[in-house]
Amino acid sequence: MTTAPATPTSTRTSTPTSAASAEAALTPHQDALIAGFPFPFVADRYRYSTNVEPAGTSVPTPAGQWGAAVVEVDVEYRAELAERAAILRRDPGRHAVLPHMHAAAWDTLLTLLRELAAAHPDRMRLTRDPAGTGARDGWRWENDLLGVVQEFTYGDDTTLPTEPLAWIAGQVQEDIVLLDQRNDSLWGDAGVVTFAADWSFGFDVGMSFLEIHGPVPRLREMGVITRAHEFLKRLQPHQPYRRTNWTLTIGRRLDVSTELYPEWGPDRAMIADVDDATFGRLVHLRVEVQHLIRLPESAAICFLIRTYLLPLEQLATVDAWRLRTAAVLEDLPEDMADYKGIIKYRDRAAAWLRAAGPGR
Amino acid sequence: MIATLKLVVTAVEDAARDIRTVTLATPDGGELPSFVPGSHLVVECEGPANAYSLVSDGVLPEHYRISVLRVPDGAGGSRWIHDLGVGDTVSALPPRSAFAPVATATKHLLIAGGIGVTPMLSHLHAARRWGRRVQLLYAFRDGYGAHVADVEELVAALPGGCVELLSDRAALLGRLGEVLGTQPLGTHLYVCGPGAMIDAVLAAAQAGGWPASRLHAERFGVDALDPGEPFSVTLTGSGSTVDVPSGVSLLDALDGAGVAVPRLCRQGVCGECRIPVTAGTPLHRDLFLTDEERRAGDAVMACVSRSLGPTLEVPL
Repeated sequence: MTTAPATPTSTRTSTPTSAASAEAALTPHQDALIAGFPFPFVADRYRYSTNVEPAGTSVPTPAGQWGAAVVEVDVEYRAELAERAAILRRDPGRHAVLPHMHAAAWDTLLTLLRELAAAHPDRMRLTRDPAGTGARDGWRWENDLLGVVQEFTYGDDTTLPTEPLAWIAGQVQEDIVLLDQRNDSLWGDAGVVTFAADWSFGFDVGMSFLEIHGPVPRLREMGVITRAHEFLKRLQPHQPYRRTNWTLTIGRRLDVSTELYPEWGPDRAMIADVDDATFGRLVHLRVEVQHLIRLPESAAICFLIRTYLLPLEQLATVDAWRLRTAAVLEDLPEDMADYKGIIKYRDRAAAWLRAAGPGR
Repeated sequence: MIATLKLVVTAVEDAARDIRTVTLATPDGGELPSFVPGSHLVVECEGPANAYSLVSDGVLPEHYRISVLRVPDGAGGSRWIHDLGVGDTVSALPPRSAFAPVATATKHLLIAGGIGVTPMLSHLHAARRWGRRVQLLYAFRDGYGAHVADVEELVAALPGGCVELLSDRAALLGRLGEVLGTQPLGTHLYVCGPGAMIDAVLAAAQAGGWPASRLHAERFGVDALDPGEPFSVTLTGSGSTVDVPSGVSLLDALDGAGVAVPRLCRQGVCGECRIPVTAGTPLHRDLFLTDEERRAGDAVMACVSRSLGPTLEVPL
């Protein structure tokens, strides 16, 4: 946990930044994304830590709030789910459920539907025993945003159009990884991950939690990952936790998986040659809100990764965010910047943010 | 941090001699939190909070059910439960999991002694839902066989499932050699019952070449820890010293000195009351710390553990 000052008091400036001054005013869609953006930095310095906290509490920001619900639905909901479906059609390897994770997949489905229905009762409803016959494993899901009405029997795959984990991944914007716990370790044995930030779920599936995190610099030396491992092994149902992670991404590109490296990798060199206005439009702060849930029936751990992207030109409209992000990027050690894949342009990103102040 | 559940007793039944099954529900009859097979409910009895294995199905249940053996010379929790009547209210913490089935197991071998059958019931409910392969050995003294019809009904619905009822511990141990030697590869063993019976089963399995990673024991309930030697604890934060007499837990001694330590189960299972140790050697009696953490000797579970030497130093 960090010992950071409270949220900065400055509020959002309406003055367009110099780089964005030629742009039109923000659209209501962009405003909504800024208002819900989970700005991750609580200090001017960022290092890895086991930064977990209880989930479900709202975090106020200068632009709005985030974090009230475990599963958030925002203005990108339909677009992101359509993108996930297209990715899965192209590359089915983004989805895997090892045979022993069948019960955990159903557990995830029911857990996430309940979260959605509780957070969005006006648009989503989950009804038990809809026929009123006393069949307690019978359920009906209604999702007005997608126009979906689905009846199913808990545990019976034949009552769904697809495998249950794939099906629930079509109802939430979050990527999902399920960890089985056995022999005092956690194993990444199931998931649907279409929006990976420079990793490959298909490569990692079946690995242990410690193996998956092996490549991250500093984590092992600092004991961060072993502490996280111990924490997760003790996690109990009905007490979800969350943490944030971040990097920079070029373009509003959710799928920066290892599989697609030939498509997005060259952007890291390309970005050096664009003008300042294009730089501010293309470079995004990418934030993951990760939820950690001990599934209440199967005892697997459900790891949810929700990805938010905000271009620097919009980030800079909130002055406190602009200054803090610049400070974090300036201070970030080389090995961490290298691992995050931002070493070639993080100095320019920091300088761009410094120069983008109001009154310019 | 965790909301306490307010529950109402909706039924009380005698499950066997000295064993009472209590059914609990929310006052409005709504859904209760799901639970992992093998979970226990920590019930706030008058005085101590006691953990009881749930014997019902765990998927968004409309009730929780516990079966409690009356222990006349126990701390009083079981007597308090036995005095409950329909309509009485009970406070409990949401179910906690510490004895879950292993998802990769090819087969689940459940071994229960007496009231130790209770966590096996939720294992069997889940096994039926997910079509798991199960064998149950259940030993109990004449008259004390709780839930016999329930386990037979649950196992009958499973392909290849079988229940063997045994008259006592000697019969169980006599049967064990053959059962342990004829399991398919990938079988996991789960045992719950009196401490001596658990120890005997685990020893037989180890002697038979079973790896420790395939053996799971639930030690709740009937065995009280011995009162232990007296010691004193030095609090470096306040500079004071607190005596911990024989029969008094470190947790209670700290309470008496006005030092609040979080706690839930008070049985060395949940991990809430872990406190750091800066000098002295803990006598670990919990089921929470790993072997490595025990060897490190820099933390102790205040509810059950004590000191090997005359003093322990903690930074509180």
